[in-house]
Amino acid sequence: MGRSIIEKLWDAHAVADLGDGSWLVYIDRVFLHERTGSIALKGLEAAGRQVRNPEQVFCVMDHIVDTLPGRTDETMMPGGKAFITTTRQAAHDAGITLFDLHDPRQGIVHVVSPEQGIAYPGLTLVCPDSHTCTQGALGAMAWGIGSTDAEHAMATKTLVVKKPKLMEVRFDGTPGYGVTAKDMILHLIGRHGAAGGVGYAVEFTGEGVRSLPQEARFTLCNMAVEFGAWTGVISPDETTFNYVQGRPYAPADGAWEQALTDWQSLRTDADASYDAQIVIDCADIIPQVTWGTSPQHAANIDAVVPDPAAEPDHTRRELMEKALAYMKLEPGTPLTEIPIGAAFIGSCTNSRLSDLRAAAAILKDRKVAPGVKAICVPGSGSVKQAAEAEGIHEIFQAAGFEWREAGCSMCFYAGGENFGLETRVVTSTNRNFENRQGPRTRSHLASPTTVAASAVSGHLTDVRELATEK
Amino acid sequence: MEKFTTLTAVAAPILRINIDTDIIIPSREMKRVSKQGLSDGMFANWRYTEPGGREEDPDFVLNQAPYRNAKIILSGANFGCGSSREHAVWALHEWGIRCVVAPSFGAIFQSNCVRNGILPVVLENSVIEDMASQVEANPAENQLQVNLENCTLTAPDGTTHGFDIQPADREMLLEGLDAIAVTMKHDEAILEFQARDRLQRPWVYL
Repeated sequence: MGRSIIEKLWDAHAVADLGDGSWLVYIDRVFLHERTGSIALKGLEAAGRQVRNPEQVFCVMDHIVDTLPGRTDETMMPGGKAFITTTRQAAHDAGITLFDLHDPRQGIVHVVSPEQGIAYPGLTLVCPDSHTCTQGALGAMAWGIGSTDAEHAMATKTLVVKKPKLMEVRFDGTPGYGVTAKDMILHLIGRHGAAGGVGYAVEFTGEGVRSLPQEARFTLCNMAVEFGAWTGVISPDETTFNYVQGRPYAPADGAWEQALTDWQSLRTDADASYDAQIVIDCADIIPQVTWGTSPQHAANIDAVVPDPAAEPDHTRRELMEKALAYMKLEPGTPLTEIPIGAAFIGSCTNSRLSDLRAAAAILKDRKVAPGVKAICVPGSGSVKQAAEAEGIHEIFQAAGFEWREAGCSMCFYAGGENFGLETRVVTSTNRNFENRQGPRTRSHLASPTTVAASAVSGHLTDVRELATEK
Repeated sequence: MEKFTTLTAVAAPILRINIDTDIIIPSREMKRVSKQGLSDGMFANWRYTEPGGREEDPDFVLNQAPYRNAKIILSGANFGCGSSREHAVWALHEWGIRCVVAPSFGAIFQSNCVRNGILPVVLENSVIEDMASQVEANPAENQLQVNLENCTLTAPDGTTHGFDIQPADREMLLEGLDAIAVTMKHDEAILEFQARDRLQRPWVYL
C-alpha cells in the first residue's frame, strides 16, 4: 500500500506513539513573530527553560510594525513598541535568529521563511500563526500552533499531535484566463465551507496544482486553514526544487544532492489512499470574490449577492443573514455593482513578487478610481527590492497606490492604522471576518488582480474584462 | 495548570457557526505582552455598543444577568476558527469560561483550550440546539453538568450525552499537567531520534 506525502512526513518525524492516535512529532524548525512569539519566549524564560536548538528557531517582526516609510520601533498601534522591544531582547537572550525591523530580509513570516530557504521539502515547521500552512506548499508539514505549544516545540523539539485524517483536493485541468490560485482556494471554500477540512490534512493535487508556479502554490496552501484544515501540502516536484535551490539557508553543494535524493521520494505514491476526496474541474473556476464575513461566503464575480432564504441549512442561513446585515448588502445585487472605498494588496496570501507583477500589469497606464484609498504592502524587504528593480513600484504609484514597507499591515486591525469606520475594502488578504480590517470594516476577499481591477473601476470588477481591454 | 474534573454551571448559548478568534478577542484588545488582562476585551465587538468602547450592549447574551455567571458556552460548528491567538483562550478563561460545547472546533483553538484548562466538548448540533433551548427556559436553574472522568455532559432534562476526547488531552485536563513536563518523560526517545536523524538528514541541522 502506497503512502501519501503527509504519511511519509509523519513517519519520518514520529518520535513516539502515545497510544491513542496522538504522537510525539519531531519539529525541525520553529518560526516566531513579535505578536505571539514574544509571549512564548517570555513564557520559556519565566519557567526557566532553554531553547533546545536555537539555531533552528527564527523570528521576524511583521505583525504590528508600521509599514509607512521611515518607520521606527514606535507603532501606530497603541503599545506596539513593547511587543517589538520585548521580542528583540528575548530573541537575543534565547540565541535565536531574528530578522529585525531594519534587516533587508524582514517581512511576513510565511514569505520570509521560504524566501530565505529556511523552509524546504521534508521538514516539519511550526509557528504560532495560523497561516503557517502556507509553507506546506514546499512539501513540508507546516502548521499553526498556540504560544504554549511554541514553548513546547522550542523546549523539547517536539509536539504532541493527533494524527489527522487525509483529504485529497484535486484540481483537474488548468486554470483559465484571469483565474489565480486565490480563485481556486476561494472556489473550494465557497463550495465546501469554512469547516470543510476540519480534522484533515489536505493534499492539493492534480494538473491544476502542478501547473502553478511555486509562489502561487503558497497562496493555495495559505488558505487551507480557512477551509478548516489542520494543514495543506503539495508534493514537491521540479518547480519546488528549482525554487529552493540556491536560497541562503537551503542545503548547498554535496548536501543539496543528498537532500534532493531524499525529497524526490517524498511525493505521494500512485497507490496511496485518502479518507476523503474532492475533485474540482478548473474549467468551472472563474474569478472569485467574497460577499460576507466568512471565507465560505465566496462567489463567482459574475454572480449576485445570494438570498439567505434559498439556503436550506438553518445554521448557514442565519450566518448569511448576519453577514449581509454587517456587510450592508441586499440579496440579488450583482457583485460587480458593489462600490468600494479602499483596495489592499498584501498579506501572507498574496504579497509575493508574482502577485505584484500581475497586479501591476492591470494597473499599468491606469488610475485608481477617485475616492478609493489604495495600498500595496510587499511581503518582504526582498520582494520590495526585487519589485523596485523592475519598476513595479512606479506603476503602483503612478496608478495612485501607496507603496509601503514590508509587514502584515492592514490584513488585520490591531488598534492603529485602519481603513476607517464601515469602509468597504477589496483585499488580497485571507480573512473577511467582522471588524478584521478595522471597526465595522467590510472586507471583500479577492485575488491581487481582481483587487487592482476593482481599484481602477471603483467597484468589484471581473478582472477578465479589464485584461482584455488592453 | 488548573485541573478540570467536573463542572455544574450556567451555559450561555451563542449559536452561530464559524465564531472566529477575532470575534472572541479582537487584535486591538491584545494590548500587552501578557496572558493577563484580556477578559475585558473578550467578545468586545459584540459585547460593547461601540468599537473600542466599554458601554455594554444589553442584547449580547453574556451581558444578561443569568449568563454573567456562565462557565460554559454552547456554540455552532467551527468554533475558534481563524487566528492562532491563544489570547482567545486566555480571555475566555480569565472571564470564567471552563468548557465550550460545539459540533467542531478550529484545530489550534481546540489544542489551546486543553493547554489552559478549558474543556472543548464535541457534540452534534441538534443536541446542542436542544440543550440551548432547555437552558434558555430558565438559564440560572437549568444548568449543565460536565463530568470529564466519565466523559459525559448532562442536559437540564437529565439526558446524558457521552463525548470523545483524546486520552492524552483528558489526562492533561484531569491532572492539570504541564505539557512540557509530560513530554520530557520521553526525553531519552527524543534525543535518540535526534541523534539518528542527524545521520540520516544531516542537511536539516543548521
